[in-house]
Amino acid sequence: MIQLMELTVNGERHDLAIEPRRTLVDVLRHDLGLTGTHVGCEHGICGACTVLVDGAPARACLIFAAQVEGAEIRTVESLSPEGELNDLQQCFSEHHGLQCGFCTPGMLMLAEGYLAEEPEPTTEEIREVVASNLCRCTGYQTIVEAIDDCASRRRAAFQEQLAGSRV
Amino acid sequence: MKPAAFEYHRARSVAGAVGLLTELGDDAKVVAGGQSLVAMMNFRLARPEHLVDITHIDGLSGIRREGDTLRIGALTTHRAVEKAELGDFGVLSRAMRWVGHLPIRTRGTVGGSIAHADATAEWCLLAVLLEARIVAEGPAGRREIPAGEFFLGPFTTALEPDELIVELVFPRPAPRAALTEYADRKGDFALVAAAVDLDADRVVLGGVGPTPVSADCPSSGTSHSRPPVSWADAVAGSLELRDEPGISAHYRRGLVRTLVERACEEASCGC
Repeated sequence: MIQLMELTVNGERHDLAIEPRRTLVDVLRHDLGLTGTHVGCEHGICGACTVLVDGAPARACLIFAAQVEGAEIRTVESLSPEGELNDLQQCFSEHHGLQCGFCTPGMLMLAEGYLAEEPEPTTEEIREVVASNLCRCTGYQTIVEAIDDCASRRRAAFQEQLAGSRV
Repeated sequence: MKPAAFEYHRARSVAGAVGLLTELGDDAKVVAGGQSLVAMMNFRLARPEHLVDITHIDGLSGIRREGDTLRIGALTTHRAVEKAELGDFGVLSRAMRWVGHLPIRTRGTVGGSIAHADATAEWCLLAVLLEARIVAEGPAGRREIPAGEFFLGPFTTALEPDELIVELVFPRPAPRAALTEYADRKGDFALVAAAVDLDADRVVLGGVGPTPVSADCPSSGTSHSRPPVSWADAVAGSLELRDEPGISAHYRRGLVRTLVERACEEASCGC
């Protein structure tokens, strides 16, 4: 059975005619060609497919696309629409928060969603959050440092903005 | 893997969902957050022919305090409970940090967890511990099922195939209660989970039987003095445990003792 649905991904609306058994990650990759989101385990353990659903990090392999009709989906492609690394990606690069890169899109979207909700996390809190996604290369330390550094930079930029608006 | 093909139905109201479940019968499953069901479907451990999606029903999510009672809508996510300020029901928020990981908690729902009835699931333990009532709606209307009578076996509940969980009702505050657990890696399913309510003199354990296992304990009195450490020994000693692949009865009993003790300590300081 084919189902018609409309999905909003990275601010763009897409009309789709797909089988209801298509998970969100399969729709992103196969129907929309957004291959930045990776598929790992397909049962919610590895976190490679993490995307944002209405701003919250979620496993795209554990959601049927039909369920998120009407929601705002964001994938790793949204971080750098112009092709330039955003601040979070820059931090991952500077801190060597990736090696093979397979887990990176999931890690980035996890961090993006988490920092938006919790701009001042402790290192321990970051460690606990990234434990949800598997990385077999880095040993996590550099990922934690990258996210921590990005959070600091965003806070500093925010303070600067506040100071600027007071003048 | 990919799930087997199914027909997708989107319910817009509780009555609509119940109508679909009645019409479709045993071949239908309800999907909400999908954090257990979709994984099982991807493994093809579950192959429902029809999926009734209830996530678009308005009014099924939210937390409401009514006097001494706390009502939690079935579609409320674990994350929403974790972030809520629940006062003397704070044990519910604090327990949420044990539910999977952040991206699981943002999607997984309270009602889904109860309906799935994993014997180590935090919500199942909390419901039994705090004598919650599970409000289910079926073709004949609503009924309330006490949590103590709800869990019948592993992944088996008193819910009829045409009933939908709409709400969880916690009848009384639990200012001196706590839940803690152990898994080899944080976020995995618990090997053993322990929940205690010092005011109700009750311990509920997960991972030691096919459903949450409840144990009444000698009264701790109403004082705020140090909780009885003897609970841990009494509970651990009373369990019938068997050696299982990868985990001996001795080890599991040790976990029970340690976790009950930890939960008692946490419950007495409310942290």
